[in-house]
Amino acid sequence: MSDTLEKQIGEWRSAVLQGRAVADSDADELEGHLREQIADLEAAGLTADEAFLIAVRRLGEVNQLTAEFAREHGERLWKQLAISRPDEERRQPIVTMLAIAAVAAVLVQVARLLSEPTVISDLSFARNVSLFVLPVLAAYFAVVRRMSWQRVMGLGAAVALLAVAVNLFPFVPGASTELLVAIHLPVALWFVVGTAYLGGDLRSSARRMDFIRFTGEWVIYYALIALGGAVLVGLTVAVLSPIAPEAIESVLTWVIPSGAASAIIVAAWLVEAKKSVIENIAPVLTAIFTPLFAIMLTVSVFAYAIFGLGREFDRDLLMVFDLLLLVVLGLVVYGISARDLTRRERLTDAIRLVAVIAAVVLDLLVLVSMFARIGEFGFTANRVAALGLNIILLVNLVVTAWLIARLLADRDPAARVERWQTGYLPVFAGWVLFVVLLLPPLFGFA
Amino acid sequence: MVSNIDKDLVAAMATPLVLAILLEGSSYGYAILKRVRELSGGDLKWTDGMLYPLLHRLERLGYVRAEWGSSPEGRRRKYYEITEKGSGQLVEHRKQWETANRTLGGIWGPTPSVATA
Repeated sequence: MSDTLEKQIGEWRSAVLQGRAVADSDADELEGHLREQIADLEAAGLTADEAFLIAVRRLGEVNQLTAEFAREHGERLWKQLAISRPDEERRQPIVTMLAIAAVAAVLVQVARLLSEPTVISDLSFARNVSLFVLPVLAAYFAVVRRMSWQRVMGLGAAVALLAVAVNLFPFVPGASTELLVAIHLPVALWFVVGTAYLGGDLRSSARRMDFIRFTGEWVIYYALIALGGAVLVGLTVAVLSPIAPEAIESVLTWVIPSGAASAIIVAAWLVEAKKSVIENIAPVLTAIFTPLFAIMLTVSVFAYAIFGLGREFDRDLLMVFDLLLLVVLGLVVYGISARDLTRRERLTDAIRLVAVIAAVVLDLLVLVSMFARIGEFGFTANRVAALGLNIILLVNLVVTAWLIARLLADRDPAARVERWQTGYLPVFAGWVLFVVLLLPPLFGFA
Repeated sequence: MVSNIDKDLVAAMATPLVLAILLEGSSYGYAILKRVRELSGGDLKWTDGMLYPLLHRLERLGYVRAEWGSSPEGRRRKYYEITEKGSGQLVEHRKQWETANRTLGGIWGPTPSVATA
């Protein structure tokens, strides 16, 4: 083929690759098509130039083509989306974000001042603080996504219901149900944030997966900002405390909560804004840690199997295991969220399967001993909360293991695992609501 | 000669048509399109490029399996092969189209040349 033709094909290819949802291999596929079409047309007597024009025309307008790829491969946008928007459009969300971050910073101070006079129960601040911050994040998304008023009212009503319930409950001082509410309420509110994030469109599995991705990236951004904040605070104290030791302390009690609250909004905005400049971080971390966790879990299973349970299990240990299952679930979910749904990744899938199975076996060991213990002492609020979460995670992981095994045997597409996880979100939401709203009355607010 | 087939109808036909072509044997994009043209006698206007997102969607749904191979000239080429699930889906599509055919045929009668006007 002539040099001009090669140049033309090269230009066409790079135009196609401008579409962010078009992967290199897709461009290969399309280019192969183009070349074959050109060869056929040339064989029919056309000149190279004519053949190129007709072949390109038949493949379709480049931007329509890339739009079609974007529709089919939306998940790729997550990895490399960098839409070039006009300047004003980009600046406006920054202003919105900063305004809302400021609101969060102020509200958290309100929460602090409100709870200060009633020092009797230390937990009232912990119980309520998420109510002052996370709905602000939900509001931010409602504004950015231009949610309809009915949906906004719906979410507002849900938040109001939680706020009223949590504050009307007559908790016994030092009640463990109060601590459970303080832990679970932020998660319940996170689902409210999720609803706002999805603009109220809860039905689509792909959109829910976007929210799961968002959550992972947000956690990482928040941790990074917190690290930076800690360095800043540490240095400030070190530099200024020789001059004004008392003043520093009182200033920091104002600065730290407000900073922590506004960072929640800023982190969310960052996830949205970069989405991503670089490859997403959560999948990279999971790629590193999945094999390590698989090894750790397998070793632990053998250790428990050989040495038996050295001492009686207690609730704290069960909570450790809840946390472990959550981490394993996170590793699987974020590993899957980044995978190319059509490529086979046998080795990583096998490692994932090992990690999940080891976690399940380990957890079953704990559950067996836990049931023995409940038989002895009966149910308490803490045990119900820890056990319920454990069972919910266990069911999820058992099915996940089954689906990964089927995936390895080529019986199921990878999308099944994803759909299972997105379909399971309501179960988590339901459980968290149960702990916040029903568990305290069931156990007499003790 | 039949006038060009309506866009929505083409979209509805695309999945069963591609699956049916793959049922004849595994194939690749360009050859699938050539087969489409051959079967429709050129009446089915299809923007060639749109075939690929469709194939990728079928792959994601597990109806086809794809594998990179190479053409006789040594170029990379992606071959598609129908899966069991895909053949099941095709049977389903076929039933629906036969119903549609029967229904419309019942009212139009067996006149193959209405379009020559």
